[in-house]
Amino acid sequence: MTAPEFAAAETAQPPPPDELRLIAGGEPLSLAAHIHRYGPLPRFGAPTELIAEVEQSGLTGRGGGAFPAGRKLRAVAEARRRSRPGRAGAAVVVANGSESEPLSSKDAVLLRLAPHLVLDGIALCAEAVGADRAYLWAHNGSSTQALAAAITERSSARSSLLRVQVTETPAGYLSGQETALINVLNGGPALPTFVPPRPAEKGAHRRPTLVLNVETLAHVALIARYGAPWFRSVGAPDAPGTALVTVTGPVDRPGVREIPLGTPLGEVLRRSGLTRSAQAVLTGGYFGTWVELPAASSVPVSEPGLRTAGAALGAGVLAVLPDAACGLAETARITGFLARQSAGQCGPCRNGLPALAEAMHHIAFGQPSPEVIRWVQQLTVLLPRRGACHLPDGAAGLVASALRVFAADLAKHTGSGPCAHVAAGPVLPVPAAGLVVDRSAP
Amino acid sequence: MSQRHESQSQQSVGRLRRPELQVNPIACEAHGICIELLPELITTDPWGYPVLRPGPVPLHLQDLARRAVADCPTLALRLVTPD
Repeated sequence: MTAPEFAAAETAQPPPPDELRLIAGGEPLSLAAHIHRYGPLPRFGAPTELIAEVEQSGLTGRGGGAFPAGRKLRAVAEARRRSRPGRAGAAVVVANGSESEPLSSKDAVLLRLAPHLVLDGIALCAEAVGADRAYLWAHNGSSTQALAAAITERSSARSSLLRVQVTETPAGYLSGQETALINVLNGGPALPTFVPPRPAEKGAHRRPTLVLNVETLAHVALIARYGAPWFRSVGAPDAPGTALVTVTGPVDRPGVREIPLGTPLGEVLRRSGLTRSAQAVLTGGYFGTWVELPAASSVPVSEPGLRTAGAALGAGVLAVLPDAACGLAETARITGFLARQSAGQCGPCRNGLPALAEAMHHIAFGQPSPEVIRWVQQLTVLLPRRGACHLPDGAAGLVASALRVFAADLAKHTGSGPCAHVAAGPVLPVPAAGLVVDRSAP
Repeated sequence: MSQRHESQSQQSVGRLRRPELQVNPIACEAHGICIELLPELITTDPWGYPVLRPGPVPLHLQDLARRAVADCPTLALRLVTPD
């Protein structure tokens, strides 16, 4: 049997069912199966047509920033026109599947099961912004091998004009940060750099660079085929479409699932098999925010929805904390992990994160004085927006939410020392030495 | 917080793009010269690193702000006009 030509399928397929838009099943889709399911990649008359369609779709970045994807595309396309008038193919596309967040596995699952959807998105966006070069970053050696094979499988004229290079992201929590990836491409270490210059203006090889999360790119591949109105037909008006979330904790069906954005938190957890009572959910991962159960059950799972609860969806992690656990101790361990991830480049982070972790350790495992609690509160105000990347913001936000959500526990710890759950040990896994956990299984 | 809102509304009402101070936290080595020169806008954190008051630099402080930028030994401080 010969390999199917990429654009050879003649009829467009009907759109996939809602909530199974991105991931069809438990087996990786070959190129033939991918084209059978989604139809061929559409061709656009002018590159700006796709950008307009993505803008109308309301798609936002699924890597944690939730920035409007269409606006990003337009910014890179315009920067490319300004910097290299008359020269096509001078921009760069960076597909970020690095997923350094330890609790998240949605990017790894997407890349394993639907590699061609991501590769479609890369090809479409490269055409739209005028890029001749793309880099696909992923953790984990086995997935990068499978992706390289998927690229070889595609043999159309369209994709052969574009060079896509698959690269394994260096280990470390910050290495998947977009300026760190660009720094590596420019010959530097995998550490965040100061912005400006923004990647859209001057990124990889000093060219205008589009950095999008791999799930965002997969959504672009679907918007290009079925249009913005279809994309918006599920989800919330202020957060259209579906998103991949990773649900962990005491649920019967943990792992990655696709949900319409805006689905109530309690409903998402119920579908994941949460039957016991639980005290809180960590949204967004170790970079994220605690919300209290059952109070937050009706909060819509979307960036604007979670914002009303003082939280954020981030890269889509929902980690359930069972009743028999100490939220302060969990937060202290995670804060210690985040402090160990500091690159040490920025003074406020290099000094502030260890101070925050030490004080949180005292709150969780000692009998905190009012001074220690005041000091932690000061640090949560002092650290945000003080680093080149958002690590200090993330750590401060996590701790501030813990003091809010676990206020009753804080009072108990202050009065009589660590609660009974502290000795039971960690519920959320914290990688030793901060290295990346193996995410090969969904 | 109220200070920030006030200065933001000033900027939008006046339609003037007034410069803001910005520090490159990677380059900053806490020499503290800016903190001494411009205490109205720059205070210190517990480790000697500058904490900038958000919002545009008021007109009467712009000369001092330029001076602080010029005197930063690591060129970490700059004045930028937001787009």
